[in-house]
Amino acid sequence: MLDVMYFAWVRERIGEPRETVTTEAATVADLVAELKAREPRYEAAFADLSALRVAVDQELSDFDAPLAGVREVAFFPPMTGG
Amino acid sequence: MPTIRVQSDPFSLGDEAEDFAKGRTDTGAVVTFTGIVRDTGGMSRMEIEHYPGMTEKAISGIVDQAMERWSLDDALVIHRHGSLAPGERIMMVATASRHRIAAFEAAEFLMDYLKSRAPFWKKEYGPDGAEWVAAKDEDEDALSRW
Repeated sequence: MLDVMYFAWVRERIGEPRETVTTEAATVADLVAELKAREPRYEAAFADLSALRVAVDQELSDFDAPLAGVREVAFFPPMTGG
Repeated sequence: MPTIRVQSDPFSLGDEAEDFAKGRTDTGAVVTFTGIVRDTGGMSRMEIEHYPGMTEKAISGIVDQAMERWSLDDALVIHRHGSLAPGERIMMVATASRHRIAAFEAAEFLMDYLKSRAPFWKKEYGPDGAEWVAAKDEDEDALSRW
């Protein structure tokens, strides 16, 4: 069981801010592939991975990151703070 | 101990700067920076979204780096989220150090990292609808100087 969170336009394309996903995905990239296969809205959100950033358990990470023991994964566009 | 506040409420620049500076006897320099919502062409408001939990952690990590690298006496980061109109203050940074150069440099470092490593996203509402603000390459490039 994994909490998957979406922010900014990723959240808008997927249509919800968070969901709980039951997955055997070994890495973030595997999780993305699983989600994309589900419904077109995921395909739309994850169409260009270079436009996305990922955080694993609230730490900025990358798409190769393993998911073993992870509780929370978040997808979002590059940050625009300040 | 540095102070980090992530809030939707407005803050008083004067009060925050005064509170931050007062009672210091061995700090030679306090630098403050304030970010203000800029109207980029008929913009009525901006919505700032953030990632509660990660936001505080990310800012805390950035502040810890600055504290150590410039041996700061203290630091303050306030960053707002929610709906903001042009002219409102989005955020402020303050640094306290024995010497001015360290205080200025640390404030710039904090600003550069807050821009692209703190999980905030801005959406601008204007006459042609709403649009997410895209991150700029130069903001990412700015990190390389540190």
